[in-house]
Amino acid sequence: MTGQAPAASGDVLIRVDNLVKHFPVRTAGFINRTVGQVQAVDGVSLAIPRGTTLGLVGETGSGKSTLARCIAGLIPATSGTVHFEGRDITNLPRQRMAPFRRNIQMIFQDPYGSLNPRRRVGAIIGDPFAVHKTVPADERKRKVQDLMERVGLNPEHYNRFPAEFSGGQRQRIGVARALALRPKLIICDEPVSALDVSIQAQVLNLLADLQREYGLTYLFIAHDLEVVRHVSTSVTVMYLGKIAEAGPKNPVYDTPRHPYTAALLSAALAADPEAAAARQRIILTGDIPSPIDPPSGCRFHPRCPKAQELCGRQEPPLEVKAGDAATHLAACHFPVTAGEKLATASRRARP
Amino acid sequence: MALLEVEDLTVSFPTADGVVKAVRGVSFRVEPGQTLGIVGESGSGKTVLTQTLIGLTPGADINGKAVFDGTDLLQLSEAQLRRIRGARISVIFQDPLTSLHPLYRVGWQIAEMVRAHEASASRKEARDRAVDLLGRVGIPRPEQRVHDYPHQFSGGMRQRAMIAMALALAPKMIIADEPTTALDATVQAQILDLLLQLQEESDTALIMITHDLGVVADIADDVMVMYAGRAAEKGTKHQIFYESHHPYTKGLLESIPNSSVAADRLRPIPGQPPSLINLPAGCKFHPRCGYVLDRCVCAEPELVRIDAVADHGSACWLPAEAAGVGASAEKLREQAVREGRRGAAVEVAEAIAASPEVA
Repeated sequence: MTGQAPAASGDVLIRVDNLVKHFPVRTAGFINRTVGQVQAVDGVSLAIPRGTTLGLVGETGSGKSTLARCIAGLIPATSGTVHFEGRDITNLPRQRMAPFRRNIQMIFQDPYGSLNPRRRVGAIIGDPFAVHKTVPADERKRKVQDLMERVGLNPEHYNRFPAEFSGGQRQRIGVARALALRPKLIICDEPVSALDVSIQAQVLNLLADLQREYGLTYLFIAHDLEVVRHVSTSVTVMYLGKIAEAGPKNPVYDTPRHPYTAALLSAALAADPEAAAARQRIILTGDIPSPIDPPSGCRFHPRCPKAQELCGRQEPPLEVKAGDAATHLAACHFPVTAGEKLATASRRARP
Repeated sequence: MALLEVEDLTVSFPTADGVVKAVRGVSFRVEPGQTLGIVGESGSGKTVLTQTLIGLTPGADINGKAVFDGTDLLQLSEAQLRRIRGARISVIFQDPLTSLHPLYRVGWQIAEMVRAHEASASRKEARDRAVDLLGRVGIPRPEQRVHDYPHQFSGGMRQRAMIAMALALAPKMIIADEPTTALDATVQAQILDLLLQLQEESDTALIMITHDLGVVADIADDVMVMYAGRAAEKGTKHQIFYESHHPYTKGLLESIPNSSVAADRLRPIPGQPPSLINLPAGCKFHPRCGYVLDRCVCAEPELVRIDAVADHGSACWLPAEAAGVGASAEKLREQAVREGRRGAAVEVAEAIAASPEVA
């Protein structure tokens, strides 16, 4: 998180290479013929150094949650590999995956949907101990209460049901459950987007503290760009199943090279009226296209203000652009240059 | 004259667990062509407040006045309200998928709305109006898309269709309840632009209800911050964002991650909002407030003007000088000593005074 020294480049906790996940589209009826593929994730590579946070950004349908699920082993990948501490864990059978599952945990978006309403909080948080048999039954209660205390819940509420907690407290329950097995990687899929702002900040601070204390590595998925900037060490921007841009957070935020990154940043609303009035917005027309039949060439070209004939014909490689650090990659034939005005609309000033 | 003038509106719901005091004495006004942003967290009463205006809170105990264009909305019968809803005040809800009927064509749903209010309009006229409206809100090829069902529209297009429906009868006021919360950032920007552009064309007043301070910073003229059913602070957008007075407003602004402040840690508001059945005594924010005075615990402050020139109100016992970001913490500390504040509060004030951000 912020202030964290970057880990040595050799110490990569998780590495994803050329990961592809296609979902078949079948006709309804008896035969169920496959008529197409939803190309949810299409050739994504990334690496997260130990103890750092990778922020994954993208709009609905960009494939970020699918990617997270493939990494966590919740759904099988179509092709490509996932390496955890140098060992290939792609599509491992259930039993051989078990030791890795302890090390990769998830925190979900919806604190109402991700906790069983009919089970007591102590049982929910203690489940991982029971499943992985790491803590004998007679010690579980104490361990769970330690965890509850650590995430800022009252340990006396051990026997309560999820319905007795507020949204922010439920998210703390989710964090405690994810933390129970002392994982090395926690995948946070929109962990704060269902929370009110004042509560959101409490949970973000908690995640930062836990990272510092336990040396956790986070894959942090969110659509709120300011939140991602706050928590991340590096950032990856996805569009329609592919990486548009990736790199350490400051270069990506300050000098985006992909027009899509620039447009996303220009559309983000800062809670600052003067900044809002001065903002030059890049207008993107239309919506994100269907991943069943993605556009040819660069997938962003139908909406791109800089698109040329080449963009519809040839897919741009993800590469370092002239003048950038070796860690800052963009997939664009005509990258945005420093100081270039892409803006096509400015918000009129109101008195 | 104000288009809408709400005075001392109180809404409560009797339930088996007790009376839910959703709105407790809120007053505000909306001028034609202006945008009022109502900001608040879940349970602050912002949605109940506006739904009460258009008669969508059956079973509630309602007190106060809400004069819209010369008539008190709270005195109208259901039949009278029905003529106003949609025609003169229309509403855009958060989730466009559940607000549109899945089994009727989008164009039909817009046309039906026209025909319900204008008995003289023929089917053909209403259909043409629907095409025209879809075109106005930026749906490509509207003459074909009127025949689509809601599921054939994307999220952004559905919200455009909802806006088209809200505009169909040229209302004087639109209430937009979190209209962009379910949308992606680039689509949200398109929708907000569209609302502003349409508002400018027809001089419609807009009440924008949101939890997102970014949306308010973008499009509001005036802002009302609500907490536990009351207006905590009210003023122009500039006053709320740059000269905020109420510790809750300040807390909200400080909770947001902000790239211009290279802070390692966010400064959240501790605790959580109170239950509307069991409200704390005194100022409803005092259990979470870092500036709490003895008076805050026993007496609830009224919304009073804190600025001699401009109409900037805050419901807080702190002196008027406390307005502004990082406002004179030293003054607060002196005040704490003078008023014999409790130990913890003095410590908090001193910590604030000592922190470099406030210098």
